[in-house]
Amino acid sequence: MQGRSVAAAARQLRRASWLQAQRGLSAQPAPADDGMVEVFVNGQATKVARGSNVLQACDAAGVDIPRFCYHQRLSIAGNCRMCLVEVEKSPKPVASCAMPAAPGMVIRTHTPLVKKAREGVMELLLINHPLDCPICDQGGECDLQDQSMVFGSDRSRFTEVKRAVSDKNLGPLVKTVMTRCIHCTRCIRFAKEVAGTDDLGITGRGRDAEVGTYVDKLLTSELSGNVIDLCPVGALTSKPAAFTYRNWELKSTESVDTSDALGANIRVDSRGVEVIRIVPRLNEDVNQEWISDKARFQYDALRYQRLNVPYIKGEQGLQQATWPDAFAAVAKAAGGLKGSEMRAVAGRLADAESLVALKDLMNRLGCGDLRVEGGSSDFDADVRSSYLFNSSVVGLDAADAILLVGCNPRLEAPVLNARLRAANLSGVPVAAVGEAYDLTYPVEQLGEGADTLDKLLKNGSEYLKRFKGASRPMVIVGAGVLQRADRDAVLQKVHKLVEKADVVREGWNGFNVMHDAAARVAALDLGFLPSPRARAAKAAPKLVYLLGADDYSEADVPADAFVVYQGHHGDRGAARADVVLPGTAYTEKVGTYVNMEGRPQSTKTATASLGDARDDWKVVRALSEVLGAPLPYNSLEEVRRRLADVAPHLGRRDAVEPPLWLNGEYFKAFAEKARKASTGGEPLASSMPHFSAFYQTDSISRASKVMAKCIKARQQPVPGVRAASAGM
Amino acid sequence: MRSAAQALLRYSALLSQQASRTSAAAQAVQAAACLSNQRWFATNSHDIFNVHRHEAHNNWDTEFDFTDANYEKVAEVISRYPSNYKASALIPLLDLAQQQNDGWLSLAAMNRVAKVLDMPEIRVYEVATFYTMFNRSKMGRYHVMVCGTTPCMLQGAKGIYKALKEHLGIDYGQTTPDGMFTLGEMECMGACVNAPMIAVADYGGGVEGFSYSYFEDLTPADTVAIVDTLKKGGKPKIGSQHRSKAEPAGAVIGGKWVPSKPTPEQMTLMGEPPGPYCRNLDEVPAAQAPPAPPK
Ligand code: SF4
Ligand code: FES
Ligand code: FES
Repeated sequence: MQGRSVAAAARQLRRASWLQAQRGLSAQPAPADDGMVEVFVNGQATKVARGSNVLQACDAAGVDIPRFCYHQRLSIAGNCRMCLVEVEKSPKPVASCAMPAAPGMVIRTHTPLVKKAREGVMELLLINHPLDCPICDQGGECDLQDQSMVFGSDRSRFTEVKRAVSDKNLGPLVKTVMTRCIHCTRCIRFAKEVAGTDDLGITGRGRDAEVGTYVDKLLTSELSGNVIDLCPVGALTSKPAAFTYRNWELKSTESVDTSDALGANIRVDSRGVEVIRIVPRLNEDVNQEWISDKARFQYDALRYQRLNVPYIKGEQGLQQATWPDAFAAVAKAAGGLKGSEMRAVAGRLADAESLVALKDLMNRLGCGDLRVEGGSSDFDADVRSSYLFNSSVVGLDAADAILLVGCNPRLEAPVLNARLRAANLSGVPVAAVGEAYDLTYPVEQLGEGADTLDKLLKNGSEYLKRFKGASRPMVIVGAGVLQRADRDAVLQKVHKLVEKADVVREGWNGFNVMHDAAARVAALDLGFLPSPRARAAKAAPKLVYLLGADDYSEADVPADAFVVYQGHHGDRGAARADVVLPGTAYTEKVGTYVNMEGRPQSTKTATASLGDARDDWKVVRALSEVLGAPLPYNSLEEVRRRLADVAPHLGRRDAVEPPLWLNGEYFKAFAEKARKASTGGEPLASSMPHFSAFYQTDSISRASKVMAKCIKARQQPVPGVRAASAGM
Repeated sequence: MRSAAQALLRYSALLSQQASRTSAAAQAVQAAACLSNQRWFATNSHDIFNVHRHEAHNNWDTEFDFTDANYEKVAEVISRYPSNYKASALIPLLDLAQQQNDGWLSLAAMNRVAKVLDMPEIRVYEVATFYTMFNRSKMGRYHVMVCGTTPCMLQGAKGIYKALKEHLGIDYGQTTPDGMFTLGEMECMGACVNAPMIAVADYGGGVEGFSYSYFEDLTPADTVAIVDTLKKGGKPKIGSQHRSKAEPAGAVIGGKWVPSKPTPEQMTLMGEPPGPYCRNLDEVPAAQAPPAPPK
């Protein structure tokens, strides 16, 4: 209860500052009551927002307070007592994380009393903590280890025997060594508050208390890996990476995740040519500090099923070849063909550079048949606001009514779902049209089929009234809707609703599309779509170029076509290909990915490319030479300049450019077309209805053994362990 | 003091009862840790483990549901709390479930309570493992709990424990083969004035027949007699075995009841005490006259 109210207060604050930023108020002089309180930390006057605690005040003053249980994104537990400080007029040391900052408070953090108190706490924490730092994966980045350097004693007064706690089986991702647990309850609070799978708790009491699930149970959250980062000691560590590294051996590269369309910021830690682990990087606007289990654990696939040399199909299937031979084979196949007899299909993981290069090349060859897999090839991307997450991800914190249309954010973008959950917990109602999914928070189910939208549109619809009454209503359309045959008709209904409920108003655009693939928005931004002539063409293409496309529809790749597959993992596309051109995975290249809100971000090279594989845009560039249509760029800078020419916002990295809202007029214009395409009553389903689609989404996650283990663990529990709830 | 060997014995006996999923090695490690520890558990809970271990009579397939009569009680308990604080009913409901389920909470019983109160199961497990009066493994019909806190200890609780142990042939945490008695230890139950004492919970009769009785001013012989009476289906005298309440009539000294009459110099209260007096607890309170109807 308390946790919730704290979270709600924090939200209020955030919302207020968001509003301020929106209205451009931040630059105005502060009014008399600016919602701040002044406290004195070690004699230095510091202003903090009302409702902050003493620990935050110390942070604001630049004074470091040691802590174990406090975490800014979780409710306050106040149980580790490491954050003790002295507050004037208080007879005892005060746990700073649990004490609200009051005006005029005099806080001292470096007195002998404080030091002695913290030393006492540290001694008690270490009583039952094993001395296994040399074999602990947390060693070197352990809060307890670090703080014991400051507050720990050089000898122990404890002559009894340490307790031992049995390890828990939390599934294939999180390894537990529960004897190391210091009962900070961060993992419990994370599971309860952020992940929404309330399975962890403290059982027993006193010396026998232990953190666990009581019954053998998997962590059924798609965010479970984050408890590894949260755990201040080595009780929860990464199971796939167990005993494979010491953290000081690792080279860190700041990059971007491509496993979903959120574009979570990640740090890729590598040693030599191997990615050892992936951890989140703080970005308040995108992923805060969480990433999904897929983003964190699919990296083992970077070792398996890799395409590291070109292949040409011969008598006995695909044969290893050299680049010149492979290019020659493509040139031979393309030789006699007209541009109109070719087609390019882009996959989920293609970066913007290779997309623009391939588009330029195909256009030069006279081919306009460019499409992205997933059936949205006849989608109209003329208006940018019709396919973006317009409210932006932070905008979600400001929304006060949310309507989901045919999506399952828990699987399509788990980190975004955590934000939705936070919004819901602080009182924002979430309703859904489409199939019902367990999103970890209560959702008002309005109906399954598109006809529900008609009902909502009827005058006097009670929900519409409520929705319209909200000050910042938000509609989120899932990627599954865009892939439907009757997409235009459904979208038209959604737009009618948007118009009727004033979802787009002064300073607020509440129409959002939630994509499920990292490459999608960039492809739409760059116009990687069939030209009108290609759309009208009936003839089947004779050459199909798959740019990492493994989920192409059979119709996109005719049986007798010559198929070129460019990509990094041997999956469906490579199996079908006549020529395979090896490319690089997201950890090996510098590539631009545009997330669902239209934020261009760049991956960085963490490890070298494998074997003969080359960056994708370079492969296309080299191929263009062989095909006699050389592309006019030779360096990454030049490709990026070209990117910015085609779509100027791609030049402004890491920033979101709010698109102009033109949908209303636009959708009226093609009302005619939509009317013809009738909508069936079948439920609006998510593109990821089942957890197996989350764990195995693209060619990387499908090659990952860890992801396969996750599915297995959820499907067939070990005897005696109850299966995770059937639906999810 | 209980020896390490005893600890190990109890421990391994319990372990062998468990049809547990942990590998034998893990059990051995735990048993060894327990032995080298040379001490009892931090709490005198009846249960050793604070995690669930599957047993033939306690696993996912075990079923539990409140009886219709008990569902009425459940509804009554829930009605005591505001509807948004339903979880407040957790402890009374666990108690009810325990009484219905022969004195212990199976996994199914805890899950049922979670369902009834609409709360995550783990929150129920947390509470059930925290309080030592909730038993999570099978119990005998009578749970005999010996008080082990200072006043009772000074008055001979150890002798009571020894007598029970020898007579029943079981140690703390164990159950007699006939399923009649489980022996346990408790901390002060507030009857120190009549120390030493035992409490006996009767789980034989479900919720209706449940009783929780104190037997005070015990000598080892009294204790054995009480247990024997219970075994025969009799009703031993509840409360002090040697005086009516806690009047100064004697004390258990060296395992014997030594009656005594206080000499005048030991007394501070010489005459009739001035009021106000306590009400007479033995007297059935007269039914209150209904308030006069307003005119
Ligand atoms: S496992 Fe780690 S995060 Fe969880 S309570 Fe223990 S120390 Fe804290
Ligand atoms: S950080 Fe304040 S008590 Fe743990
Ligand atoms: S010490 Fe035994 S009842 Fe108080």
